Order: sequence, then structure tokens, then C-alpha cells
Amino acid sequence: MNYTVDARGYYGKFGGAYIPEMLYPNVEELRNNYLRIIQGEEFQKEFHGLLKDYVGRPTPLYYAKRLSEKYKAQIYLKREDLCHTGAHKVNNTIGQILLAKQLGKQKIIAETGAGQHGVATATVCALMGMECVVYMGKVDMERQRPNVERMRILGATVVPAVSGNMTLKDATNEAMRHWINHPTDTHYIIGSVVGPHPYPDMVARFQSVISDEIKKQLTEAQGNPFPDYVFACVGGGSNAAGAFYHFLEDEHVNLVAVEAAGKGVDSGESAATTALGKPGVLHGSKTLLMQTDDGQVIEPYSISAGLDYPGIGPIHAHLFDVGRVKFVSATDDEAMNAGIALSRLEGIIPAIESAHAVAVLSQFEFDADDVVIINLSGRGDKDLETYIRWGKY
Amino acid sequence: MKNRITDLFRSKKGEVLSVFYTAGFPSLNDTVPIALNLEKAGADIIEIGIPFSDPVADGPTIQQSNKTALDNGMNLRLLIEQVKEIRKQAKVPIILMGYLNPVMQYGVKEFVKDAALAGVDGLIIPDMPLYEYEEQYKDLFRAANLCNTFLISPTTSEDRIRRIDAVSDGFIYAVSASSTTGAKGDFTSEQVDYFRRLQGMQLNNPFLIGFGISDRSTFSKASTYGAGAIVGSAFINLLKESKDQKKDIEVFVKNLKGN
Ligand SMILES: Cc1ncc(COP(=O)(O)O)c(C=O)c1O
Repeated sequence: MNYTVDARGYYGKFGGAYIPEMLYPNVEELRNNYLRIIQGEEFQKEFHGLLKDYVGRPTPLYYAKRLSEKYKAQIYLKREDLCHTGAHKVNNTIGQILLAKQLGKQKIIAETGAGQHGVATATVCALMGMECVVYMGKVDMERQRPNVERMRILGATVVPAVSGNMTLKDATNEAMRHWINHPTDTHYIIGSVVGPHPYPDMVARFQSVISDEIKKQLTEAQGNPFPDYVFACVGGGSNAAGAFYHFLEDEHVNLVAVEAAGKGVDSGESAATTALGKPGVLHGSKTLLMQTDDGQVIEPYSISAGLDYPGIGPIHAHLFDVGRVKFVSATDDEAMNAGIALSRLEGIIPAIESAHAVAVLSQFEFDADDVVIINLSGRGDKDLETYIRWGKY
Repeated sequence: MKNRITDLFRSKKGEVLSVFYTAGFPSLNDTVPIALNLEKAGADIIEIGIPFSDPVADGPTIQQSNKTALDNGMNLRLLIEQVKEIRKQAKVPIILMGYLNPVMQYGVKEFVKDAALAGVDGLIIPDMPLYEYEEQYKDLFRAANLCNTFLISPTTSEDRIRRIDAVSDGFIYAVSASSTTGAKGDFTSEQVDYFRRLQGMQLNNPFLIGFGISDRSTFSKASTYGAGAIVGSAFINLLKESKDQKKDIEVFVKNLKGN
């Protein structure tokens, strides 16, 4: 089975570049240059240098003893929460800003939901001295005020998206409109494995450092690079793509993607795209999409702003379609309980997104010697307010 | 086979006026009377927008009209019925324009068939990739006698314009600037250079200039380079305010045409 993107940007039936002509030259410029640039020796040296010295990579692969006892398996946490800025998002923004510089761009735009990608973008813009505009839904700006201020401290301009439901989908629309209106001097740093080709492939490559490290770290810990399971939460799917990437061809490794079920998959307030979605086109790619019969995109819901997106990256739509990745979901309640449990068992307060990946462990029957990796995509600092409001601790 | 769009461009060589509005806006049942009033007032082509929840190529005016139309309950099946109503009384070429996803959910094949039967003459689907049209849909459109119009922008390369010209039927939609939709002021010299460049390319298809055409001055200037122009946001702004659509549409079209 082939899980990589083809020359036109498709993963099986999904992917492609479904964009209005006004965006065609921007996307074409990326498509024609991204592989040449990111595979270049110079680029790789600078990228990995920054990942090491600035982001703090490799992030630890931590054997979670008490969590392992609880679930009767050998559980390791891949500590993306220890990345500079607090989540895996920065792996991608470092890569893309280096690419933008190579392309001679002077300005950066981005969309953000929870604010993690916005902060990671504002951070690398400060690092490179580039102008940064971040679009964020007005509702999300209110929900995630500390991240708004973090972006501003870092020198970014945060523009409220006031169309639609004023969340991540609308922020993405606004960023795309901005890009249409500023086609030559601006690079759009998309924050997940979504968007028109080559974004999904490019972002997956930048995030693939996660599974590359897991393989090396597991080899050191147990003598071979293969776990039995890898769990990751899926919003757009970038941390999951990164955690799965180097295991895709190793079919004996069980890959599990965890979607946000919100108040329950069938509650009408959910973001469980594979359970509820159908093939459709949004934000430049053909993928699974939550939508009405008439093709209008449905506003998703999750307690976690980072998972609150009506689609998934086309690579995940394909991996779901061919059965390579098992998709499950966790509700708000399950995720919050798992977040508290992880805090108590291991002294790690996870991002609520990442808590979704922990929450589904009880749905699996492990053998005692099964090696289970949980990609802990981010830390819970940004979610303190939500934990406090939840209150059950 | 005869098609109203190709017939129009054969008989009318300049100042072709195409007017765009969103189906189901300002009210659900305005789609039909607006088309009839436009034809009476002298519009040459009626372009009806299919509302979508996420219109990324559109500025605030058309975004808002999409939202209002969806809130009003507009959908593609209803639009097909409304076009049938329009076609009972009107001879004007009708184009449906919209994003791919609603069309994809309807089924592209079924949609092409139903639209043609209802009396639609052409489609514009700005986010349908050129290769997908060439490989999957071109024969279907031609068999149904529907024109397909692609957009080009100031940053579209000459090679690509020629490739688009080769698969287009009816006309090419020349977007006047690298921008989302929305009425703006006068053309810049870069825009005029781009129009001249297009004019000099001797394309097989005529081109209409759209985006930022809002009044007599921009319409007549655009028409000196292209076969005519497309007015969208300015018309939607008019509809938003209008208390007497029939009269306001008549005045609007007369003003644009300079009579
Ligand atoms: C900590 C964390 N995990 C996961 C996500 C979801 O994104 P993705 O699915 O692209 O990894 C986000 C997005 O904001 C996040 O902040």
C-alpha cells in the first residue's frame, strides 16, 4: 500500500488543489519549489539546528510507569508538550518560515484556533524578524485570551475573523482571502496537514520528526524501533501525521487517531469527522468533511479549540478509507477526566487536545508487553481556564 | 447545438453586461423577479450565485449575501426550480456560479443534466481544478450543451491562459486584480497593462472583466479591452438597500450602459 502523496497531490481519492485561480500562482510556486528547498542540505542543517537549539528537540520519550500500571501495557509519552511554545505546532512553523525566507517572502500570515499555531507562528516571525498577521475567530479570541496576548507580546497583529461562527474555519477563510489579496510578498503558514497540495505533504514532512525520534528512542529503550500502538489526537491531523509518518509502511504497528466527540458523536455537537463526514471540498482539498446534504459545511464543536475543525487532512481521510489507521473518538467529559488523571498519575497536565489521545486507552485491550506510544501534542497551560471551569478535580 | 451564450457573443461585439447576484437574496423568492427585471432592463447575461457556507474568494458583500441566502433556506435544488421559472419567461443567457462542494454533493453529473434541462447555459465553478474539468467533466458539459467558464487573474501565466482558452466555451472570466470580490475605485496602470496583454493574445474566446466593476466609468473602460464586464458586489449592495427592485434595477442597468 502506498501512503505518500502522488505527483498531483492526492492520497488515494483525497487531496488535490481545489483553489480559485487567484491562488493558483501562490500554490504553484510552493508546489514547484518545496521539495527542492526542504530537501536541500543547507535547509536541513538550519531546520534541524533550530529544532535542537531553539525548540529543544529531541523531545523525551518518557516511560509512564503509573499510567502503564493502570492500563496494563508499556506506555510511553512522546513529550511534544515540552517543545518551545508548548506544542508540536512549532516543528511546522520553523520549517515553513525557513521555506518562506528561501522564497523571498517578507510577510507571514496564519490562522489559529486555540492560538497554539498562532503563537508558534508569531514566535518564528519574531525569531526571523518577519511581519506577522494571525487570523483568529472572534469567539476563539475570547476563549483563548492568554494566547492572543502572547501573540501580541511577540509582535504579531491578531485580526479577529468575524464571518461565520467566528472560529477556526472562519479564521482559515480569512487567511485565504488575505493571501488572495497579497499574492506575491506573503507566505501563508497553514497550521495543520490541511489546505491545497503541497501543504498537507509539506506539513507532514516537517512534523515527521516526531516519529523519526520515536523510532530512535525506542531502539535505544527496547532494541527495536517498533511500538505496537501509536495514539494521537486529530484536529486537522498534523501531530498525528507526524507521529504516524515513519510507521505507515510498518503494517504491524497499530495506528490510532482520536477525534473529538464533543458532547457525543450523535449529539449534534461534535467534531468527529470520520464518523460524521462525507467526501467534500474545503480550504483547497478534497477530504472528509462534516456537511449538510446540500454541501454546506457544518460548524463542529469540541471543548478543545484545537480539535474544533469540520474536516481532517486528506492524508487522514485516505488512511481512514483504506483502513490503515483506526479512528476512534473521545467526548469532552472523557478527555477532561483523562487530563486530570494524567496530571495525578504522572505529574503532567496535558493540553485538552492531547488528553483526547489518553482518554481512549480504556477502549483497548492491551497485552501486558504491548508497547504503546501516546503522542502528547501539547501542554495544558493554555487550557487552565477550561480545567478551572470544569472544576472536577 | 445552439447555446445562448455563444449566440450572444456572436451577435454582440462589445459592452456585454453580465450581472451577478446571489440566489435567495435578499429574500428566498427574489431570485426569479430579479432575473426578469435584469433582462427587461437590458442586462445581457444573468449570473446567479449558488450560496456556500465558506466563500473564500469573496469579499464581505458577497459573503454576507451568501449567509443571508442560506439563512433564508436557499439550496441548489430550489435554485434549479427557480431557473425553470425564469426560463419560462426569459431568453437571456443564464449562468450559475458557485463553489464546488455544493455541486459535488448534488453530483456533478446530475447537476449538469438538471441545470441544462432547467435552461441554464453555462457554469462557473472557480475552485474546480482545470485538470479535473479536462479529464472528468469536459465531455459531460459539451454533451449537455453547457458552457464552462474559467477565471484568470493578473498573475496567471500566458501558458496557462492558453490552456484555459483551449477548454473554455463561451467566454473567459478575467478577474481584474489579485483580490477577492468587492467594488473598488478606478483601474490602476498595472490593471490596464494586464487588460492590454490579454487583448493582444488573440484568444479564441472573448473575455469579460470582473471584480471591481461598479459604475459606468469602470464598465465602459473594461469594455474597451474586453468584450464587456461583470458586475457583482455593486449590484448586491443595491439589492440590500432597495425598496423597489424593479425600478432600482432598471436605473442601475441604464446607468451602467450609459443610457
Ligand atoms: C496541543 C495541540 N494538539 C493538537 C492540536 C490539533 O491539531 P493537529 O490535529 O493538526 O495536530 C492542536 C491545535 O491547536 C494543539 O494545540
